[in-house]
Amino acid sequence: MQPYRRVEMSVGVFVFLGIVAIGWLALKVGQTGGLGESGYTLVANFGDAGGMREGGDIMMAGVTIGRIDTVNLVKNDHAQMILRIHDGIKITEDAFASVRTKGIIGDRYIRITQGPSETFLEPGSEIEETESAINIEDLISKYIFSGKSG
Amino acid sequence: MSDLFVKQSTPVAFFGRLGRHALRGLEQVGDATILGLSALSMLFVRPWQGKHFVLQLSALGVGSLVIIVITGAFTGMVLALQGYYTLAKFGSESLLGAGVGMSIIRELGPVLGAFMIIGRAGSSITAEIGIMRVTEQTDALEMMAINPMQRILLPRIIATTIAVPLLVSIFDVIGIGSGYIVGVELLGVNQGAYMAELIAKITMTDIYGGWVKAVVFGFMIGMICTYMGYRSEPTTEGVARATTQAVVVSSVGVLIVDYILTSFFL
Repeated sequence: MQPYRRVEMSVGVFVFLGIVAIGWLALKVGQTGGLGESGYTLVANFGDAGGMREGGDIMMAGVTIGRIDTVNLVKNDHAQMILRIHDGIKITEDAFASVRTKGIIGDRYIRITQGPSETFLEPGSEIEETESAINIEDLISKYIFSGKSG
Repeated sequence: MSDLFVKQSTPVAFFGRLGRHALRGLEQVGDATILGLSALSMLFVRPWQGKHFVLQLSALGVGSLVIIVITGAFTGMVLALQGYYTLAKFGSESLLGAGVGMSIIRELGPVLGAFMIIGRAGSSITAEIGIMRVTEQTDALEMMAINPMQRILLPRIIATTIAVPLLVSIFDVIGIGSGYIVGVELLGVNQGAYMAELIAKITMTDIYGGWVKAVVFGFMIGMICTYMGYRSEPTTEGVARATTQAVVVSSVGVLIVDYILTSFFL
């Protein structure tokens, strides 16, 4: 019986290590956050999502305050994003959301700037003020064409 | 009739040979499927094979732990080294964590892990079962009214299916950790950037993809290696050939299935 007990124990340690590894991958790297989804959601419509993807960062003053839940095309003409904001972070109803880029070729993220209003957005409501992604190609072509005409 | 075709070196003979090989291949696939399914159908049949399952989990899982830790560590280290010199040319060393984590979790963990487990555990499954056939132990089991499918095949198939995802997850964590040591401690990548970029770039879908691969590979390894052993010719050479075949077929199978699964998950 004694050898089998030791086998059982070694298997127990092995399974434990495996589950710890699985847990670390899911919770820390995958950011599942354990029990369901935490935080609350806001809606924002953009004319151009600029390739923003699910899971992208939402930042305020350079600090990550949430992640993008979904990016969808609505009414065949503009992009709608569901933003998941961490609990405890309040956003004013006249806040301004814009699609930005980290560095020149970096990742897209959503930057939120607070407005002067005293009232805060309820979960599920919409950020009205948005600015689309700045498209560098558009800027360059605008510059080139203005140079030709002028 | 088949002898007739072999002696002629005509197109008829060529197609005859091709057809014969194709039919034999199909026959083997069918045989393997039936054998595997009849072993799996014993899953809910008493008596439970709990003890044999634990013994197999120990032999296949615990036994492969050391080699998985070593390969995981060196894979992560070399990825960090290679990735650093490539990324440094573009001044984006901060993406090192994302690069190492992404390649290990999505691709290298499941595939390299599966290869090591095939070499370490798969070959031993085939050789063990093959020798049981040679020494007629399986017949002895049947004489005692013990179903060899239930006692021999089933615990091994279940054990690989469960052990491989666990081992691959350990491989992933060790790989990311050793990549961190090389990238941050030796090459001086920003400490925060490594983990932050890794966490930001890798989504749950990537991790699920890696796990699904690991489970499928584990099941495949179990099915192929037990089949090869069980159907090996009961001679010394037969067992040797079956072991080689088991390793070759499962390794090639892992690569092919890996491509198919990746195309689904991208």
